[in-house]
Amino acid sequence: MTDLTDLGIADIRNGVAAGTFTAVEVAEAFNAAVAAAQPALNAFIVTTPDAALDAARRVDAARAAGQALGKMAGVPIGMKDLFATKGVQTTAASKILAGFTPEYESTVSQNLWNAGAGMLGKLNLDQFAMGSSNETSAFGNVISPWRRPNDTAPLAPGGSSGGSSAAIAARLCPAATGTDTGGSIRQPAAFTGIAGIKPTYGRCSRWGVVAFASSLDQAGPMARSVQDCAIMLEAMAGFDPKDSTSLDLPVPEWEAGLNPSMAGKRVGIPREYRLDGMDPDVAKSWDDGIAWLKDAGAEIVEVSLPHTKYALPTYYIIAPAEASSNLARYDGVRYGLRDLPDGAGLQDMYAATRAAGFGPEVKRRIMIGTYVLSAGFYDAYYTQAQKVRALIARDFELAFQHCDVILAPTAPTAAFALGEKSDDPLAMYLNDVFSVPASLAGLPAMSVPAGLDRQGLPLGLQVIGQAFDEQGVLNAGLALEQRAGFTAKPAKWW
Amino acid sequence: MTESAYRIQGATGEWEVVIGLEVHAQVVSKSKLFSGAATAFGAEPNAQVSLVDAAMPGMLPVPNKECIRQAVRTGLAIDAQINKWSRFDRKNYFYADLPQGYQISQLYHPLVGEGHIDISLDDKNPDAEVKRIGIERIHVEQDAGKLMHDQHPTMSYVDLNRSGVALMEIVSRPDMRSPAEAGAYLRKLRAILRYVGSCDGNMEEGSMRADVNVSVRKPGAEFGTRTETKNVNSVRFVMQAIEHEASRQVDVLESGGKVVQETRLFDPDTGTTRSMRSKEDAHDYRYFPDPDLLPLELDDAFVEACRASLPELPDAKRKRYETALGLTPYVAGVLTAEVETARWFEALLAETATKQGKGEEAVAKQAANWLTSELFGALNRLGRSLEDSPVSPAQAAELLALVADGTISGTIAKQVFEKMLESGDGAAAIVERDGLKQESDTGAIEAVVAKVLADNADKVEQYKAGKEALFGFFVGQTMKAMQGKANPQVVNELLKKQLG
Amino acid sequence: MSVDTATVAKIASLARIKVSDAEVAAMVPELNGILAWVEQLGEVDVTGVEPMTAVIPNQLRLRDDAVTDGGIRDAVLANAPAPEHGFFGVPKVIE
Repeated sequence: MTDLTDLGIADIRNGVAAGTFTAVEVAEAFNAAVAAAQPALNAFIVTTPDAALDAARRVDAARAAGQALGKMAGVPIGMKDLFATKGVQTTAASKILAGFTPEYESTVSQNLWNAGAGMLGKLNLDQFAMGSSNETSAFGNVISPWRRPNDTAPLAPGGSSGGSSAAIAARLCPAATGTDTGGSIRQPAAFTGIAGIKPTYGRCSRWGVVAFASSLDQAGPMARSVQDCAIMLEAMAGFDPKDSTSLDLPVPEWEAGLNPSMAGKRVGIPREYRLDGMDPDVAKSWDDGIAWLKDAGAEIVEVSLPHTKYALPTYYIIAPAEASSNLARYDGVRYGLRDLPDGAGLQDMYAATRAAGFGPEVKRRIMIGTYVLSAGFYDAYYTQAQKVRALIARDFELAFQHCDVILAPTAPTAAFALGEKSDDPLAMYLNDVFSVPASLAGLPAMSVPAGLDRQGLPLGLQVIGQAFDEQGVLNAGLALEQRAGFTAKPAKWW
Repeated sequence: MTESAYRIQGATGEWEVVIGLEVHAQVVSKSKLFSGAATAFGAEPNAQVSLVDAAMPGMLPVPNKECIRQAVRTGLAIDAQINKWSRFDRKNYFYADLPQGYQISQLYHPLVGEGHIDISLDDKNPDAEVKRIGIERIHVEQDAGKLMHDQHPTMSYVDLNRSGVALMEIVSRPDMRSPAEAGAYLRKLRAILRYVGSCDGNMEEGSMRADVNVSVRKPGAEFGTRTETKNVNSVRFVMQAIEHEASRQVDVLESGGKVVQETRLFDPDTGTTRSMRSKEDAHDYRYFPDPDLLPLELDDAFVEACRASLPELPDAKRKRYETALGLTPYVAGVLTAEVETARWFEALLAETATKQGKGEEAVAKQAANWLTSELFGALNRLGRSLEDSPVSPAQAAELLALVADGTISGTIAKQVFEKMLESGDGAAAIVERDGLKQESDTGAIEAVVAKVLADNADKVEQYKAGKEALFGFFVGQTMKAMQGKANPQVVNELLKKQLG
Repeated sequence: MSVDTATVAKIASLARIKVSDAEVAAMVPELNGILAWVEQLGEVDVTGVEPMTAVIPNQLRLRDDAVTDGGIRDAVLANAPAPEHGFFGVPKVIE
């Protein structure tokens, strides 16, 4: 029998349904892998082997009783610790929420459990999803399972969904939830040789997901294949009346709609993404991607997204502004950490609690956000940023008059070493240069593995689609996946 | 308004006071503005709190349609511009009664724009001396929770039951110039809200409270620096706060000081205001559009449905009472000042017209006069309000019908009404039981009249000699002899006839 | 626009984050670096451009007025650092 931990969502679902193996066998195999890897990779903040087994038992029982099985029946997954899970600690990787045990379940996680998935544990992440390397977690760095040849230096799994990407690449789970505010699904997927899709803003409910930047946050699946992403996105997505920004649209059958033919499709190549001094390996993988999509029948057209260079500065005004307000609720009054120095008044308690509870990157972003919203600066920063954001969205609209999807690199480089950029916030922010524009425009975008760079580290290619056209994105992703033939996996050293 | 204007007499001369009011009115709704928790008053602490109201991580607001509808109806009732595109902003500050760390409010694009309310200071003639008070805007926002400071030696307790309840903030222009004008404005606003049904106007329970902006200036000069006295919860207190704050400011200015723009607190026990220490640090609310919510877009159909659902409002009703029912401006004003009074009056009017088989205009004066004198007098004595009046409009109409058809006289009607109040019995039953029916039989009265004149032959002589004032004496004697039950008109006619 | 130590201290106070003088000193160049970088937005011509209000065209839905929530005091207080007789306890506030 094959190693169950090498299987993806579709294989597990089909195998459980066919009786090739039981859901409990699958859960046990992944529970063991999780336990074995935890000391070295630190991908999880808490593990929940019993929850995985309970869900598996229910699926096995349902199958034995001849009941219909859900889309994700028997598939154990990792849950990014940004999703509130009832009765299981939910921290956003911050000390300020240490010990917080929600009395509620996020809509997305509930949808997944309803589809028959089980939870292996809560995955580590950058604190409040702020970071691109998973170095801002209060629960320690996540170590990528990937290493450079003949080098044991720990590499970043990307961020903020770094626990998710590391766990999937290391075969600790077949799939995991991610959230993407400026690239937090796509960049870690690219860094670890897996796939991930951020759907159109509003497809997945934000209810019960710890907020970072409300107008940008969007949940999505991370897995090892495009098909698995399609299956899991179907399970996660759907209208939620509890989220005012949720899209009231039926969930398409993305898995059934998968079609790798690009005949009659036009693929846009944004001129402005071709940066001076671009990493040659990244440039080459982009060229490979263009060739593969051409091979799949697509017509390649050059498009222009003239405001691209302003996307990151726009993002670094809007996201911190929203975050500074979203994170005001962590005040030590109703839940989470309370730091009450002797004789402190209410306002002192707030300041002490928040100083002790938030990590440096979170504080930095709250400070920036507070500043750009403050009296006298609001228009110059925030209003200007929302205008530029409108221009960025318009760039995409105009580009999509000439193409169906856009192809670009996911990240400017392959994974870097831990500590390499953590002292320079700006250098770290630049990692999201290719992923942030689609976030600002709310568009669906995915990263698929494209190959390895000269160091032997994975590179990702990004497909950006029009609003609501996840199918087009997945199909282009599938065409790339089939031609890239990416089979590399990190050698097990943990 | 006359130019016998309100002035504060200072050492350096006269000062004028400038007043603007920001009224927070709790919207009548079953559930909160952005959550499904209940709004009812007086629940156990934190029993009416959802995870949204407690600002748990990942919780999101979903707006309540009824709250929007009520705010639009209120806007229409003050002739205001309804903004079909508005949006919610976050007002960011830290306080223990504010779980989110921000209040969802509307700064940049309020739901309701410019409107106005007409006030009058002359109760006798509400049509005279009308002053128009501008209303700058009405926006919808969340209420905060409640802090209790007296339960524990070192702690304050937080109750979030009110957290997230919908408020309308109704912001006036600084158009008022005296405590009396501010009082009239508040009473009129409260009446309109209660007519519309968008706020119960209950100031004791905190469903209506005012932030009072006061400044002083020499008449005709530029506006002075204003202070804001927060959360004043009765009309009387608002007037007191203005009086105190205005003279305090005059004292400060006349002793060479400067008025500090600050938030103050009103102390009802002393009738004074004081600076609010906890809110002193410079605020920077960092308003920005709430990214959890989309812009609020209303269509014409929604606004028109709101308009169609509006009742007749106090000014229109008063005018109609004057023109269609022929009531005096004063009486019409009294009857329309409170929605309950108008409602009671109209029920009485309808019943009275039906019982007497006449048009409403024909019985309006009788009904209005009885209500404003007899019923109000009785309620006053009994210390009761119209809502728990011991007689119903139908019972009252029965009484009025007995007067109108001559069954009893107006004098007897007063007695019957007293008995109704005491026993709760119907007017007709009381009249029947106690034999209070008026005597209109000419023969019977004629006999009594003849006897009265015979018994007082000397006075008849004097009358005939020109002392006509004695006519009243004969009437009185006749009525007395008949225990007040004689029809006074018949008595008059017969007396005139027999006295020749 | 650049920030100095006084401004950084004021921002930290507004954000209710206690910072030491050393932390403020370290933040000044860091924030100035980021602010200088985001200020390139000033060069974008935004004449006639409305600020974005909704990233994906969507209507704000209004819910019906019904009591569907609340009555869950235990759940609301379950994670409170200082629950007191059904209230949240905080250090005494002087108004």
